[in-house]
Amino acid sequence: MGVEGIGARVVRKEDKRFITGKGRYVDDIKLTGMTHAYFVRSPHAHAKVKKIDSSAALKMPGVVAVLTGQQLVDDKVGNLICGWAITSKDGSPMKMGAWPAMAPETVRFVGQAVAVVIAESKNLARDAAEAVVVDYEELPAVADMQAAIKPGAPQLHPEAPGNQVYDWVIGDESATDAAFAKAANVVKLDVTNNRLAPNAMEPRAAIADYDPAEEHFTLYTTSQNPHVARLVLSAFYNIAPEHKLRVIAPDVGGGFGSKIFIYPEEMVALWASKKVERPVKWTGDRSEAFLTDAHGRDHTTHAEMAFDANNKITGLKVKTYANFGAYMSLFSSSVPTYLYATLLSGQYNIPAIHAEVIGVYTNTTPVDAYRGAGRPEASYLIERLMETAARQLNVDPAQLRRTNFITQFPHQTPVIMAYDTGDFNASLDAAMKAIDYAGFPARKAKAKADGKLRGIGVSCYIEACGIAPSKAVGSLGAGVGLWESAEVRVNPVGTIEILTGSHSHGQGHETTFCQLVAERLGIPISQVSIVHGDTDKVQFGMGTYGSRSAAVGLTAILKAMEKMESKAKKIAAHALEASEADIVIENGEFKVTGTDKAIALPMVALAAYTAHNLPEGMEPGLKESAFYDPTNFTFPAGAYICELEVDPGTGKTSFINFVAADDFGRLINPMIVEGQVHGGLAQGIGQALLEHAIYDANGQPVTASFMDYAMPRADDLPSFNLSHTTTLCPGNPLGIKGCGEAGAIGASAAVINAITDAIGKNNLEMPATPDRVWRTIHAA
Amino acid sequence: MSTVKLTVNGKAVAVDVEDRTLLVQLLRDHLNLTGTHVGCDTSQCGACVVHMDGKAVKSCTMLAGQADGASITTIEGIAKGDELHPMQAAFRDNHGLQCGYCTPGMIMSAIDIVHRHGGQLDEATVRQELEGNICRCTGYHNIVKAVLDAAGRMKVSQAAE
Repeated sequence: MGVEGIGARVVRKEDKRFITGKGRYVDDIKLTGMTHAYFVRSPHAHAKVKKIDSSAALKMPGVVAVLTGQQLVDDKVGNLICGWAITSKDGSPMKMGAWPAMAPETVRFVGQAVAVVIAESKNLARDAAEAVVVDYEELPAVADMQAAIKPGAPQLHPEAPGNQVYDWVIGDESATDAAFAKAANVVKLDVTNNRLAPNAMEPRAAIADYDPAEEHFTLYTTSQNPHVARLVLSAFYNIAPEHKLRVIAPDVGGGFGSKIFIYPEEMVALWASKKVERPVKWTGDRSEAFLTDAHGRDHTTHAEMAFDANNKITGLKVKTYANFGAYMSLFSSSVPTYLYATLLSGQYNIPAIHAEVIGVYTNTTPVDAYRGAGRPEASYLIERLMETAARQLNVDPAQLRRTNFITQFPHQTPVIMAYDTGDFNASLDAAMKAIDYAGFPARKAKAKADGKLRGIGVSCYIEACGIAPSKAVGSLGAGVGLWESAEVRVNPVGTIEILTGSHSHGQGHETTFCQLVAERLGIPISQVSIVHGDTDKVQFGMGTYGSRSAAVGLTAILKAMEKMESKAKKIAAHALEASEADIVIENGEFKVTGTDKAIALPMVALAAYTAHNLPEGMEPGLKESAFYDPTNFTFPAGAYICELEVDPGTGKTSFINFVAADDFGRLINPMIVEGQVHGGLAQGIGQALLEHAIYDANGQPVTASFMDYAMPRADDLPSFNLSHTTTLCPGNPLGIKGCGEAGAIGASAAVINAITDAIGKNNLEMPATPDRVWRTIHAA
Repeated sequence: MSTVKLTVNGKAVAVDVEDRTLLVQLLRDHLNLTGTHVGCDTSQCGACVVHMDGKAVKSCTMLAGQADGASITTIEGIAKGDELHPMQAAFRDNHGLQCGYCTPGMIMSAIDIVHRHGGQLDEATVRQELEGNICRCTGYHNIVKAVLDAAGRMKVSQAAE
């Protein structure tokens, strides 16, 4: 490892612009002649749009246009799509209700757009939006999943009788039933996985710029995957063909999944920019973010786990209801199915699993992937079950886990996933040592003497990351391949540009990706720049989500590097009159091994571009590209243990210690990896203690601002105690597993297991607010 | 419309704005100082924090006119040329930022915290004082480290002056 190579704690290259106020986010961009959009949104959860009267708004100062959903229909703009086909157990396809970018006839959640005002400033557009008169006929609405599936419930979509998206199953039902028939013990649990609002700090934004002469669109947008945005916008919405649409995602202020999807607002901005023949900017307010950014989680589940007389798990049955909200967002269908139920084996040998997932429409904001996406729901369920089982079977919860850990790899689970490697005992050992698990009873006793209830909670998570092998996901219904692409350009002066389809919105790619180049070529990272987020520059890309940028994106860069290095070695060997096989790359030089003959990278690069003396038949230039498709998912795993105290008088939880021992395979930059874990833990703890996107029975959001939705703040969280154990991922040459989602996947179960341990009652739903904890303590 | 006269990052400016213009709009839209961000509409997140006459204020929560005659410092105005403010350097060195969106407001709040508490800062105080600034990326762990680190650096640099 060099000072800037793989494994070094390199301070981030991108930080200078962010700490000096020179970041360039979408809302920072101004174009000549730019107009501003403000959407007219439904205040009702379910209503017919009878009439939209724009006449008063059109007379207001600065108003350029008022556009409605009917005009989208007239222009044959396509509806939003869901890109992953799921088949129900009866063989029928999922039931997708039509989702127009602005509703011409029916609104199905509060905040759904019905019209947009384009004006000379945002204030003027907002003023005029107030003057657009929409005549609604209110319809009965349903926000609660269980209410939505009852006979006689208000129906959202004619395509989906009973409000059912699908009824999907996985696993072997008869083998699972047989296991339960023979079980020595059965543990049962009902859990709710609370709905969350993603709340990246930068609200979504878009600027669309139509050039009538070239019939060309440019879209600046807050996207985690600009090429996917271009693909979807051009293939399905009939606004612009791919070669006439440039999508730029500049600095993006956090995503957490919510900026994967194609939303109505950027579609409308594109379409509107052509209509008004001027650039159109839309920047969401936080209130709009709460109403329109795809929410996360929102499951209710009944699960049963069968054990034999030796406390070995013999079977698992799961029935989950997953709330989709009012429409199927881009990847929503895959989240409670292939990203959730395929992880239900956890870290454990479970011979038989059967899961059924019922997707439900409600009059709420659409739900899709949010940090972890299905895997937090699976991990929370399994780790709550293990804790419940340990209490019921009266065994130590850590020991019960060890009794059931998978220890032989590769391991084929009964739910598709084939775990490639891991050492679950090692991470649990590390976490137990870090928190002094053995000393806990004494600490609990001391706390009790001080009038506090102390608890400890374990969570051993596993996730499937490095998303994803294209053939595998294609066979499961994915509409896209999930490879990544990269290009390495060595400039004639020897500096290097890496073009990547991954997108950094906080992950630090501009540093970590350079570290790979520094490692291989022995040059300083200042000689390397990372280019991303622009479809006109980068050849293609699937973007950043599913902890895939290092495992998939960086491997694509490695593949391109290898091609470039191979050519450069040929040039060096030719120049040095040596054999190509004898050339090694060290400290930015191509050396003939065992001699003092060497040629520096810039001279090799210059030779490639002058082309005065290249090997016979070689093309000039030094630039290579690669597409890399992984062969398997990666399987980051780890053990989290939380120790906390509950004040029985107030129900308030205070952290004593939170330890995380993760196995991410090889770490490129441990400092950045730790930062990813910290952030994930905060989101997992936020879900456990604070966050909940709530609707009333009529579909009115109750938590649509930071005043009402409890975001984790600095004084809600502890400092974290992190460590790493390592088994290298055999599926990619760098041995990387990915680290972006782990904290959010593993943390919430550790917290709830600890609180329920502290209060001595097992049933406690998230978020465990002081009120809820106090009521649970004092319930009869 | 009104003319607001103020000093921004040491430079006197006079800007004609609609009366309803917020200070953050004046900074971002009229002066192109886009380092100050807007992350919410309820005065909760702190992405918009700047200094007015040396004290941290949320620039989304006051009218531009209320800053008439005041001296405003934004994230763009705290480094001395190429020399970063100790708080900026501490955020970089402690990996106290990821997406960078909350960072300007965090740094401006943190400088104010150190000014108010001097050498009396500890982790609990920093966490409590950061109540008005929301970060979704870092879990605050490294932000807290950065503020404590910078508090030490600022004491040293004050002693040197």
